[in-house]
Amino acid sequence: MTKRLAFRNARLIDPASGLDARGGLLVENGKIADVGPRLFNDADPHDPEVIDCKGLVLAPGLIDMRVFTGEPGSEHRETLASAGEAAAAGGVTTIIVMPNTDPVLDEPSLVDFIRRRAAATSKVRVLPMAALTHALEGERMTEIGLLHEAGAVAFTDGDRSIANTRVLRRALSYAATFDVLIVGHAEDPELSANTAMNEGEFATRLGIPAAPPAAETMIVERDIRLVELTGARYHFAQISCRASLEAIVAAKARGLPITCGVSAHHLSLNELDVGSYFTFRKVKPPLRSEADRAEMADGIAEGHIDVIVSSHDPQAADTKRLPFAQAAFGTVGLETLLPAALTIHHNGRANLGHILKTMTEAPARILGLDSGKLAKGTPADMVLFDPDEPFVLDPADLHSRARNTPFEGRKFQGRAKMTFVGGECVFDRAKEKKR
Amino acid sequence: MTSATAAPILSSSHLLGIEGLSAGEITGLLDLADEYVRLNRAADKKSALLRGRTLINLFFEASTRTQSSFELAGKRLGADVLNMSVKTSSVSKGETLLDTAATLNAMRPDILIVRHPDSGAAELLARKLDCSVVNAGDGSHEHPTQALLDALTIRRRGRKFEGLIVAICGDIAHSRVARSNIHLLSRMGARVRLIAPRTLLPADADRFGADIFTDMREGLKGVDIVMMLRLQLERMAGALVPSTREYFRFYGLDHEKLKLAKPSALVMHPGPMNRGVEIDSAVADDLEVSVIQEQVENGVAIRMAVLDALNRGLALEGRNAP
Repeated sequence: MTKRLAFRNARLIDPASGLDARGGLLVENGKIADVGPRLFNDADPHDPEVIDCKGLVLAPGLIDMRVFTGEPGSEHRETLASAGEAAAAGGVTTIIVMPNTDPVLDEPSLVDFIRRRAAATSKVRVLPMAALTHALEGERMTEIGLLHEAGAVAFTDGDRSIANTRVLRRALSYAATFDVLIVGHAEDPELSANTAMNEGEFATRLGIPAAPPAAETMIVERDIRLVELTGARYHFAQISCRASLEAIVAAKARGLPITCGVSAHHLSLNELDVGSYFTFRKVKPPLRSEADRAEMADGIAEGHIDVIVSSHDPQAADTKRLPFAQAAFGTVGLETLLPAALTIHHNGRANLGHILKTMTEAPARILGLDSGKLAKGTPADMVLFDPDEPFVLDPADLHSRARNTPFEGRKFQGRAKMTFVGGECVFDRAKEKKR
Repeated sequence: MTSATAAPILSSSHLLGIEGLSAGEITGLLDLADEYVRLNRAADKKSALLRGRTLINLFFEASTRTQSSFELAGKRLGADVLNMSVKTSSVSKGETLLDTAATLNAMRPDILIVRHPDSGAAELLARKLDCSVVNAGDGSHEHPTQALLDALTIRRRGRKFEGLIVAICGDIAHSRVARSNIHLLSRMGARVRLIAPRTLLPADADRFGADIFTDMREGLKGVDIVMMLRLQLERMAGALVPSTREYFRFYGLDHEKLKLAKPSALVMHPGPMNRGVEIDSAVADDLEVSVIQEQVENGVAIRMAVLDALNRGLALEGRNAP
């Protein structure tokens, strides 16, 4: 029997088609069967299940291109199931998980394991990226063809840059054979070795070893040259400074197949937010100057930066409750991705559709997914939210197994009310108990 | 067959590569080789054509197949054959080569067969020595007798070069066999396709007049001849190709991929094969399609033809004439 679910009275925002209008949407058997401005406007749908959206935004579910979990290997930090809970609560319907696990995802069987395990345990869609080099050691390329067949959506060494340019050139060249996407982390391994924050006056005052933005930009520039040489499709996972953005804008203008992302925290925080050695704000790349933060927000507003990611990286007390220099990098972010990104909209820099595009249509296009849009026949992955609803972030409300959020006590506007994956409701804030 | 009266075939006194040969020279060598195939199948395989000539096999790289093929060719034509296997020392290779050249010159050989790991080594020796030099493979540059024996194998199977579609698959970047075959086949009017992952394609491979494919299934569609290249195992293990199993999955020739070629397609391999890496045993041993053993037989004949042709040149010059 056909399973139907109707949405009426919604503000439909579909960045892929540019739609932003009041209307309705019909789900049949997990796929969007109909959607449009006039649907269910005049007459109520005759479906057993109808959701009155009361004018709230119904948009494609978010696709987060950069999520670290602890499964396999560090399940006390995060499992695919707990990351799925956090994603659902954040309006994220697809998470792209990084290969930096234990063991590293550098074998077709491990990619297969993640897909099966996620299908069995996670509320949201989970797509793995596979390692580009064995054990992320930057020395021998992985079986890109077989890993791709096993379901790896892209290839990356996660939060490591490959130092050896000959290895990287060959890996890019080989990857181009299969037209697969390479995702790179831009941080010179030597210049950033043993550093903990952005180089500058504030790091000097704190006495913290620091890396300059150039450590990022020189890898961006290097990798652009290798893309030009090899023709590989390349995505910079996250950039954090103006010079990197300038290099990428110039590379795009030359027609190179390059895209880039930025994390929600690099859009919202700067190096001063490290405050008095707040380890939850120790991230890779480090939080930069206010000028660079503003440049990142401009990059999103102007469309030069393609994607906003959470860079969700759960850490437990054992890795964060340490002196700043010794603490692990990373923050959780799945549940603050949408609110932090919406800040740019509320600051008047971009309309809602444009912001949502960076977390729906853009990642879907870069990864070659059929989701990320409100179109007939595509998976019914959606988020319902009130973009103006004010709230204060309480870490106790988070669903992630780790609570290392950099946004404790932060005032935001807009968060997921309901989240749907394949037409199934995977999160309903009205049914949440105070945790 | 007496060389003194036979018409010349090669314009040069050396055979350093296919690149310098005309279609007429290639056809001349193939015609001559046909005669030697017949001789080699007779009970008495011996000719006295090169009696008194000295032939030196100078191999700086181990090669059982090519070396014994040249040795047999020389002996069947009645020459005195000396095999010299020289292990290249890593220090001062260039000096050693020239020193060797001077030493060899003093032995007054008539024909020198040379195999060397460095491109251009055969040409260097040709400049320094007074005898005819045959390149039996130099680095990643040329291996002319391999291309000639491949052409002979194709022609003896009744295939015409004009319009023939030949796919060369594998490590094109490092293959002298591929380079010589590209030159020969295009010169003779065949259409060459190169099939390899990008890491095994040389820069500007498309400038050689060949069509480039990175998807083997696409590249094999409708081809008449499939030439597989040997993948050297040191290129494996993550340097240029991630693993042998991945290589076999995407670039190994099995019957399933071969189905995409013409039903009459022939499979060739210069040997030695890595079974289960670039070629499935089921294909290599399938005598309906595989002409790999014929290639070996034709190798002796083509080398006899080359020695015969070079000897005609020596006779015309009157140099060391018997």
